[in-house]
Amino acid sequence: MFIPVENSLCSFKGFTLVMPAVAVGNVGQLAVDLIVSTLNMKRVGYVHTDCLIPMAGNNPYTICRDDAEELHTPAEVYTAPELKLAVLQIRAPIIQTKFKKFRQLIVSWIKSSGFSRTVILSSSHAYQRDDQQLKGMPLRYLVTPSLLKVSEDALKSLGWREMERVPAFPGMTDTNAEPRLCIPGGGFTKGLYSDSCSEDLPLAVLLLFCSEGDNIPDAFTLVNHLNDWLHLLDSPSQEANKWKIPPSWSLLFGSGIPPALF
Amino acid sequence: MATFFGEVLSEFSRAVDDDEEDQEENEEDEQIRRELEEKREVHLHWSSEVTELLQSGNKLQCSDFILAVGHNAARFLSVYALASSNWEAVGHASLWNERSRAVTGPTSEESACVFHRHKETPSVLICQVICYVAEDQLFQWTEKVFDCLQHRELNVTVLSDGSVADYKTANYPCTSSAPFLRSLHTDAFRGQPVSPSLEQPNIITGLPAAVLNHCQVHGIATVVYQCYSDVIGPDSVSMETYKPALTKLRKSIQLDSSRSTDVLRKFVKTTDIQSNLYI
Repeated sequence: MFIPVENSLCSFKGFTLVMPAVAVGNVGQLAVDLIVSTLNMKRVGYVHTDCLIPMAGNNPYTICRDDAEELHTPAEVYTAPELKLAVLQIRAPIIQTKFKKFRQLIVSWIKSSGFSRTVILSSSHAYQRDDQQLKGMPLRYLVTPSLLKVSEDALKSLGWREMERVPAFPGMTDTNAEPRLCIPGGGFTKGLYSDSCSEDLPLAVLLLFCSEGDNIPDAFTLVNHLNDWLHLLDSPSQEANKWKIPPSWSLLFGSGIPPALF
Repeated sequence: MATFFGEVLSEFSRAVDDDEEDQEENEEDEQIRRELEEKREVHLHWSSEVTELLQSGNKLQCSDFILAVGHNAARFLSVYALASSNWEAVGHASLWNERSRAVTGPTSEESACVFHRHKETPSVLICQVICYVAEDQLFQWTEKVFDCLQHRELNVTVLSDGSVADYKTANYPCTSSAPFLRSLHTDAFRGQPVSPSLEQPNIITGLPAAVLNHCQVHGIATVVYQCYSDVIGPDSVSMETYKPALTKLRKSIQLDSSRSTDVLRKFVKTTDIQSNLYI
């Protein structure tokens, strides 16, 4: 499933993997676009699978005419070796009947590549927050026991809130049902997190409550929070304009207005 | 979603469905799921000669594979290439999905996705696809077809119909600019496409995208020409737009560029009445 680009020697041992979930507002994917674009990351391979809807386009991170005509596929891996960072970008929805298979592929790829930790950037429907979740920052995190061992202090000092468990049957007090994890609109986030717990993988989820719309500010918020933890950019997160918007973000809401309309 | 007139349009939403809870699947559920998967499988049917070749562990010798996706692209090839007697049908692909019309006989199924081979240059293959290939069948179609072809020095050209409504540009495309071609090619493609490259932030989807993905990953020289048209349904002007794409192909295909527009018009069927309330 992972096919390296020709002539690229890539070992991911000890790298941090950042990947998005295809979730509400595409916030994770937008955030990953910012990372790849800003850090000028190099493509090192493709994730070629029947689990994603096919799409193709020219280089979304093009900076000059020379690299504009470079074909890009629905799932690709980029690296910044100096930061020991690898990024998987997913550009297409997962086929409805293939969620489980895709999660299995990702988990086995993570294991075989030897990533030291994985961070999933995700989002969840803001309108389904409960009373607790309506208060405070819309950022939540989750971490597998395996990663908690090494990152507990760092996460504590960041002051983030862990994703709350919600009652299985809201409003019904007379049940013995345990509160459970629920990430509405999060795509495969919950599934992949649960799989990683079972497989003892060091994995964290960083998600933002948001709604569909112009999700660019949400992407910036999420990537800045990630930067607070991983320090991908030298400058502090207050300088939000340090993230470079890729050319593929133009015309997100359609073409220019037809003059004949007026 | 279904429109007021009963057409079924595929709507894409950024809002995503949750991953289903991992339900305990009983045997009956699993069987239903398996049967549905089998029903949606793509099947390739080759002539006996080709079947024998493939069964003996060989692949089809292929130097040029031309794929036409959509009515305009398929009709264009029918007129400019396949009208001569130099081509023989060597196979077809069959598949079923929610948009497949009720098949009244084997011919409808057979004509939806046909492979033709040039008699004098058997390494040249043409395929016309006019049926809808569902999202979960695209990868399978591509893998199965390319599994039959030898990949060394293979050149793939894809002609694909598209709608100008899907083309994004800062300057709203005026009607006089359509139809027009835009191209995408794999890294292995050498040479110059005959049309401008597809600009950001446009992407292509469907069978041409599946072919590009496969060929990019496997290092096969491939170019896709997407024709953006402002007419729904086949039209001769859009068909003619593909002409420059074929000039780059080997002379041995002997394309009949003397065909006039009148011949193209003959192939244009009137659009179905039920999908056009206003004539």
